[in-house]
Amino acid sequence: MASTIRVRATSNGDTTEVQALIQHPMDSGFVKDAKGEIIPPHFIQQLTFEYDGKNVFAADWGGGVSKDPYVKFAFKGGKKGDDLKISWVDNKGATDTTTAKIQ
Amino acid sequence: MRLTSAIPFASAALALAALTFAAPAPAADTVDPVKDAKAFQKFFTDKFPKVKLEDFVNGPYSMNEDLHKQWEEKEQFPPYEFSLEMGKEMFSKPFKNGKSYEDCFPNKGVGIRQNYPYFDEKEGKVVTLELALNRCREANGEPAFSYVKDEMAALTAYMAFTSRGKPMDIKIPSDPRALEAYEKGKEYFYTRRGQLNFSCATCHVQSPGERIRAEVLAPALGILNAMPIYRSEWSGMGTISRRFTSCNSQIRGVPLKPQDDEYRNLEYYLSYVSNGLPISGPGARP
Amino acid sequence: MNMLKPVLASMLLIASSVFAFAASEDDYKAAYAAAEAANKEAAALRNQWTTTAATLAAAKKSAEAGDFDKATAAAKEAEALAKASSFQATSEKTRWKDMEIR
Repeated sequence: MASTIRVRATSNGDTTEVQALIQHPMDSGFVKDAKGEIIPPHFIQQLTFEYDGKNVFAADWGGGVSKDPYVKFAFKGGKKGDDLKISWVDNKGATDTTTAKIQ
Repeated sequence: MRLTSAIPFASAALALAALTFAAPAPAADTVDPVKDAKAFQKFFTDKFPKVKLEDFVNGPYSMNEDLHKQWEEKEQFPPYEFSLEMGKEMFSKPFKNGKSYEDCFPNKGVGIRQNYPYFDEKEGKVVTLELALNRCREANGEPAFSYVKDEMAALTAYMAFTSRGKPMDIKIPSDPRALEAYEKGKEYFYTRRGQLNFSCATCHVQSPGERIRAEVLAPALGILNAMPIYRSEWSGMGTISRRFTSCNSQIRGVPLKPQDDEYRNLEYYLSYVSNGLPISGPGARP
Repeated sequence: MNMLKPVLASMLLIASSVFAFAASEDDYKAAYAAAEAANKEAAALRNQWTTTAATLAAAKKSAEAGDFDKATAAAKEAEALAKASSFQATSEKTRWKDMEIR
């Protein structure tokens, strides 16, 4: 199955800018379906971006984040060609992870 | 008392609408699509002289600086990517009988979106891309997709993507029925409907760039070129059929069925008057 | 107090506008049928309003709860909405040209 994580990381020497688009329903647990029944909560709880063994970005999410979340941030450091590892865990215990090369 | 308020409200709304329009000379009775398209494009380029003709296809983003900046960023990582990928996979997957969408369309379905809708002289009606896709499915023993849900949106997203940059190229054959379909589409576009008494033109000709509640309105010129669109409001991809029916219900008019004649004709008219502008679909909108 | 009675009576008349007496189930049924017929005409003109259907549904709900005053009032309102939507469709047949870009 294709990865749920699209990522692009570019370094200008000093700073690395990261953009990521993650495919996930992010159901809050407050929305009802057409039959009037609650759609159970199903959302990413932890999201981490790891570089050189350390987390450069870590998020603890709840049901307030929308479907298919988009994240953009920058961190000091990061060299072209190095690896950036992205992982998420959701409230059902499902996970996905991917590694991208910094451009 | 709601009873007493209903009748005066309804007729007051219509009376007010009547007063807002001094009756100009009635239009000439011959249908001239070429003249219409010229006037249509001129209306919008005159109204927005700083917007390049091809940028009108970006809808609200060409109307508002701040939105434009946000959209530029969004285009680096467009929210429609997942739907687009799904559409590509769906398009290449064969039907149970071994055939595929490629067999139903010219050039295997690649780079042809700008020719839709077209007037089918055998059937005597307008055929849209969504309609053609479902007909392809049914001709090959597959059930039709809903016109307003994800699958049709993904398929049309993929087909639009293969035509990106190509100019809209709708043809009106010299068949009186084609001219009639075009004219009916035009009539639908300008006819006020729903309890709110809005026509498509009320928002998209009279008020592009202005706000309706929190949304910035798109100009009618090029409005279908970006379809289908990933709307943040929908948290997903939506077809032309979805937009037409939901616009109707938003102005408190009961929507017709997707791909009813009126909608097919409307799509024909709106696409034709935007001829020459590039296909930019699939699009992203607020 | 005797002076006020006619004033109060006419105020009541104005306030309830059509019914100076309680509506019966038959009144409701007649009003509902008229509203449905008007909405059918609007459907033939391909121009129904969502609020017409919603008001008809509200009328039915009130009738089921036994409040025929409310039900009849809602049915009459639905008829008015349906008639307005038909009027809109017919008048727009010519008026649409006023909006056209030329």
